[in-house]
Amino acid sequence: MARRKPGRREQLLKLALYPLDWLEERSGLVGGVKYFLFRKVPGDISWGHTLGSAALTAFLVQTVTGVILAMYYTPDPNSAYESIRHITDDLTLGWLVRGMHRWGASVFIILLFLHMGRVFLYGAYKYPRELNWIVGVLILVFGMMEGFFGYLLPWDQTAYWATVVGVNLQATGPFVGPFLGDILRGGSEIGPDTLARFYSLHMLVLPGAIGGLIVLHLYLVVRLGVTSPPWSPTAAGRPQSGPPPPPRKGLVAPGSRGARKR
Amino acid sequence: MDPHGGHGTPNEPTPTIWPVGFAIGIACIFVGLILGTIVLVIGAVLTGLFGFLWARDVTSGFRGASAEPEPASVAPPVPAHKAEPEPSEGEIIRYPRSKFLEAVTLGLGGVIGGVVTVPVLGFTVLPPFIKQGHPDIDVGALADFPENKYVITTFLLDPEQGEVSRRTAYIRNNGLLAGKPSFTILSNRCVHLGCPVQINGLPLDNQKKTETRNGLAVDRIPTAAAAGFGCPCHGGQYDKEGNRTAGPPVRALDRYDFMIKNGRLLLRKTYSVAKVDGEGADAKIHKYPLAGPGQHIDGVEAWLYPVQPPR
Repeated sequence: MARRKPGRREQLLKLALYPLDWLEERSGLVGGVKYFLFRKVPGDISWGHTLGSAALTAFLVQTVTGVILAMYYTPDPNSAYESIRHITDDLTLGWLVRGMHRWGASVFIILLFLHMGRVFLYGAYKYPRELNWIVGVLILVFGMMEGFFGYLLPWDQTAYWATVVGVNLQATGPFVGPFLGDILRGGSEIGPDTLARFYSLHMLVLPGAIGGLIVLHLYLVVRLGVTSPPWSPTAAGRPQSGPPPPPRKGLVAPGSRGARKR
Repeated sequence: MDPHGGHGTPNEPTPTIWPVGFAIGIACIFVGLILGTIVLVIGAVLTGLFGFLWARDVTSGFRGASAEPEPASVAPPVPAHKAEPEPSEGEIIRYPRSKFLEAVTLGLGGVIGGVVTVPVLGFTVLPPFIKQGHPDIDVGALADFPENKYVITTFLLDPEQGEVSRRTAYIRNNGLLAGKPSFTILSNRCVHLGCPVQINGLPLDNQKKTETRNGLAVDRIPTAAAAGFGCPCHGGQYDKEGNRTAGPPVRALDRYDFMIKNGRLLLRKTYSVAKVDGEGADAKIHKYPLAGPGQHIDGVEAWLYPVQPPR
């Protein structure tokens, strides 16, 4: 390795870090992100613990592709189907973006269920994390509603009749059902208002709600820490038999960065 | 920060068996909703009993402890302001300025929030309930409907909304009843969950006629014979009068009121039908205000839908 003058190297490093330092001094954001990324987690966690991050990634993919689709989609009964056809057939890579959004929706829901199953089987919903389970269930409910409202938007026969059945199903609920159905439809019959209403809920209301809940979810994860598996001897307070396991090296080694700063 | 310790005693509830009975009760209620009243009542009793026992179990700690300090909470609240002298017994309670400002800020904020929220909520919720229903629809001259044959008629329910409001009715001319024309006009909306029912018969597509009046197109397809109607979605079946014969629907097909003006047939309000006795012009129709698909309009189950939104 060719050696350079140490002074020059340090100068360059300082120059590169200056914007980060500027930001840190005024907002503390750099320290916050570092705390979030390099916080302590139990040594015996596994790939199962990454399902939550995977679901978050799926949500971000849905957000980005959804924003792009919204640039070309028209929520009007006379042109909605045509605008979808335009996206799929005419626009460059439109088929890909729409396909990602369409399949990503299923991926998001599947990942939510896998994540939920992991949390359930590990008993990670127990005290003091009950509230985070409830927040997660709300995210699941809003995610399913995203699926329901998004399904109408292609405005083809499947979409239309699935929505007719879905809305009428909810309208059979006792007492408030008929009113709920009318609110969902924007009237007693499916029409232009229904499509616009579903579009607004699908792309504005629900993603906003899910985003807020994700922030709350992550806050609670960071505050309460990650759970060890139920079979973890350390978490159970038992002394470990045999020699202690070698320290795990992750993809990023937290020690080196921290040591350089301090 | 450490979830595994440091708190001393986590407020975990002690294990209890009552939720199991509670869950069984809830399950019984759901099963009872389908099977019958007896199971429903048993479920309700189980749910109430175990719910009570569970609640008593869970709150036993609080109830035991709360008996003592309750009288203390009756005493006037002490303002948290340091500079203010402690109000003694019998003295007038004084509120410092900071308390007043806090109350005003919260109160004004609440008023402003309400002033903004109420109209927005109203705008979101109310329009679906206002000015519903449809105008009268001209579907053709009386001569366009041969006697005792269903004609598949499609029309725009609300011309302002355009093609999205195109609906189908099965119209049968029953001939004369006491010198007046009689029609059976069935909505094709399945009363299970709203799919389009199809005619169990032979549509004569080659005799299809499209009539355009005032820019509104009405399609009429005569049929050779109809044994009844069937829904493709979940298999609901109806006879010629729209009575349910099989499948999940909860009542007979909805119908349109009609009116004859200048020799032309006009469709008026839609209404719901519990069942139809008899056939054709002599049929006795058990008529009810329009309800959504899947909603009972007679019998005990109708109690589940006491109020219908305006149609």
